[in-house]
Amino acid sequence: MEQQYDVVVIGGGPAGLAAAVSSRENGAERVLVIERDKMAGGILNQCIHNGFGLHYFKEELTGPEYAQRFIQKANEAGVQVLTDTMVVSVEANHTIHAVNTRDGYFTVQSKAVVLAMGCRERTRGAIATPGDRPAGIFTAGTAQRYINMEGWMVGRRVLILGSGDIGLIMARRMTLEGAKVLACVELMPYSNGLNRNIVQCLKDYDIPLYLSHTITQIKGKQRVESVTIAKVDEGRKPIPGTEKEFECDTVLLSVGLIPENELTRAAGIEMDPRTSGASVYENNETSIPGIFACGNVLHVHDLVDFVTVESQRAGKAAAIYAARNTEASPERTLTIRNGNGVTYTVPQRIRPAQVPKAVDVFFRVNHVYSNQQIVVSSGDNVCCKWERAHLAPGEMEHIVIPCEVLKDARDSIVISLADAEEKEITA
Amino acid sequence: MYDVLIVGCGITGAALAYTLSKYELNICVCERFNDVANGATKANSAILHAGFDCPPGSLEARMNLEGIAMAREICKKLDVEYRDIPTFVIAFDERELAYLQELYERGIANGVPGVRIVDRQEALALEPGLNPELRAALYAPGSGIIDPWEYAVAMAETAVRNGVEIKLSSKVTAIEKSGDTFKVTTESGAYEARYVVNAGGAFSAQIYELVGGSGLTQTNFAGQYHVLDKSQNGIIHSIVFPCPDEHGFKGILVAPTVHGNLIVGPDAYGVENGDAVATREPELTAVKTGGLRSVPGIDFRQTIHQYVGVRPNTQIPDFVIGESDICPHFVNLAGIKSPGLSAAPSIAKEGVKILNRIGLKLIPKESYVDERKHVRFKKLSDGEKAAAIRENPLYGRIICRCETVTEGEIVDAIHRPIAPRTIDAIKRRCGAGLGRCQGGFCGPRVHEILARELGVSPLNILMDEEGTWILSGSVKEDASDGTAV
Repeated sequence: MEQQYDVVVIGGGPAGLAAAVSSRENGAERVLVIERDKMAGGILNQCIHNGFGLHYFKEELTGPEYAQRFIQKANEAGVQVLTDTMVVSVEANHTIHAVNTRDGYFTVQSKAVVLAMGCRERTRGAIATPGDRPAGIFTAGTAQRYINMEGWMVGRRVLILGSGDIGLIMARRMTLEGAKVLACVELMPYSNGLNRNIVQCLKDYDIPLYLSHTITQIKGKQRVESVTIAKVDEGRKPIPGTEKEFECDTVLLSVGLIPENELTRAAGIEMDPRTSGASVYENNETSIPGIFACGNVLHVHDLVDFVTVESQRAGKAAAIYAARNTEASPERTLTIRNGNGVTYTVPQRIRPAQVPKAVDVFFRVNHVYSNQQIVVSSGDNVCCKWERAHLAPGEMEHIVIPCEVLKDARDSIVISLADAEEKEITA
Repeated sequence: MYDVLIVGCGITGAALAYTLSKYELNICVCERFNDVANGATKANSAILHAGFDCPPGSLEARMNLEGIAMAREICKKLDVEYRDIPTFVIAFDERELAYLQELYERGIANGVPGVRIVDRQEALALEPGLNPELRAALYAPGSGIIDPWEYAVAMAETAVRNGVEIKLSSKVTAIEKSGDTFKVTTESGAYEARYVVNAGGAFSAQIYELVGGSGLTQTNFAGQYHVLDKSQNGIIHSIVFPCPDEHGFKGILVAPTVHGNLIVGPDAYGVENGDAVATREPELTAVKTGGLRSVPGIDFRQTIHQYVGVRPNTQIPDFVIGESDICPHFVNLAGIKSPGLSAAPSIAKEGVKILNRIGLKLIPKESYVDERKHVRFKKLSDGEKAAAIRENPLYGRIICRCETVTEGEIVDAIHRPIAPRTIDAIKRRCGAGLGRCQGGFCGPRVHEILARELGVSPLNILMDEEGTWILSGSVKEDASDGTAV
């Protein structure tokens, strides 16, 4: 195989494919996608439900259909896709080490690199759910793979911990396959899932949602036999006397996603503990020049449509970098800080000289809010503000900051909610 | 008719089988679980103790020191992951300082090499991850960390290659003796033997009762551990103990593992069953507090797993090793609690000596296998990796992304002398599923490979012990009669 590329994209899911196509469209000649699975498409391939593409394609697609559109675009654009291949390391000088069964252990050199490895699910071990350690406890995505990709059922009486979107989708999926889903249990007083999934996957099937509850005990020597849940107080500690026991054989966990950044960290790229992804500039470039990040490896998204748009930006920037092939001279950089009510922002830094007209900023809030003002300020000056009728942690927010308001900003700008309570999380 | 039947294939049974397999003997090992090393050997601190803690003059003291020296040799020969790292016991107040002195004197009496008390400055210079508020520490360089599963598996596999028969899922239910012959009834059948050795771990008192033995009571204590992601591994490079509390347990240790993780635990509470596995709150949270007291830099948000280990204690404070006085030719290697993992080869050597003394003839085999190779893809150099894939392309397909375990390694494991048949057995053999995603990604793929290589339906693949089914059927199947619709 070839050893020299303009852009190498690590990960052939929706982020990687969109970035690769965008790199080609913006002048990169030799573009390679390296995908660990046997086919491109990423986790979309197991998301056989519909609801994808409403924003980007203005039509409703299933996960595999959405993936297929980008696989086709990649083919048409002349992107080389290497499947069944695992990248084992990325060096700061853009050398990529990978293995597969055909080419063995090999390296490729690229002018620019896009990281698009996606995310993984938080596990029982990460949240330390007490109790026995029987079979029958799956992350929702693993259960989804068994059912949708392999054709196997993972149980008959199911309790779901966490109300992330995959958990909600799996509540409906397992119900349709004949399983009894007893309840969905959420630690927080609100769901992190999309409202439409609460309605279409729980309410429509009369599956109760227990907010402010958690699992306090799992019983079963061999396979799960029962699960006890309890209401939690404001400190998220179980309240004695509120326990309910469910007889079930399966527990699905949908308790959060974690960007999969082991390659990123090993490369020495600066990370943001708030997102568990790389810290990036306005064009998705990381702290190592010429290495970009996009999609769920950068921060966990709600909708693939937004992954696509973000990844196109990263792919374009990678192509521009590859064509220029020199490092930009140092320039004025603004750090974006979290103000009241804001838990993270992407990007974390802006180089105003690189911004043509305006910069897209994505962020999340720490609680459910209604009728709030989003304020961007620098020192004591308010740069700009936006009104929002509804804000929730489960819904990523997006603002577009015009360039001209940044011209007087010094060192940093702060994004905050006007009426949010005093800060809990700082930059 | 076997010459020797060993009850239990944990670290003690495996070490004994390995040691005896060098002689012209018919040997059988009966294991209650469906895999070797699935009891106390599975869940412990995975360390080889320096040996300062045992009461001077005890079997534990002697066998710990001899065992750790033998372990280093065995690990080299059988390709088991092992690393020499020092131990610190840290003291924060006057009571603890006095205890350090006592430990030091015990260490000297036990002949522990290099043991000494270091002041705060030296302790922090040697191990910057320690709590800077400590006043002094006991330092012992002669300890190590090991993969306890592979250590037991490697010895058991080598025993099998030398002719030992290992019968899994063979819980012993009765032992009768007529004349010079034992008849051992198990869940997989009955076997006859001239000598029986009790290496029953947390069940050794129950096994002893089967021959009418009394005076041995299992007083098992469970302990919980947290396993942390590799990101926490660089925080310390030693085994760190606090001074014990008033109950005398060694306390919550912090130690790196040979797999590159960090473990924190165990606490201690009595359990009836030798196979207790349930974790519990608020104790699980208290284990974290204990770890942070010794090593404040641990980030428990990076926790990836919890487990419970059972200390196979008996009411007798030392190992219980010797021929039964009520049942000739029945040998107890019982009550093998900590430091049993460290002492295992020495316990086995003692077991062989006892068997020989009571009549077992030991004729060395003219040739026997005493080596083993395990390809660990991620530990190879780039060139070796390329060569390995050229030889077997399956080394080029990484199944477990967190631990970099290839399909080649999984297939190798399945075709070794003691075939792992479950998802967890694969985890213990080659590390697939041991990492931060806990098998979320590789689980279904390991499942598929196991079914393919064993030639069984994926429906028959278990997570671990009997009854731990994973799949309930195929989709589009009518649950009422099991037929596809």
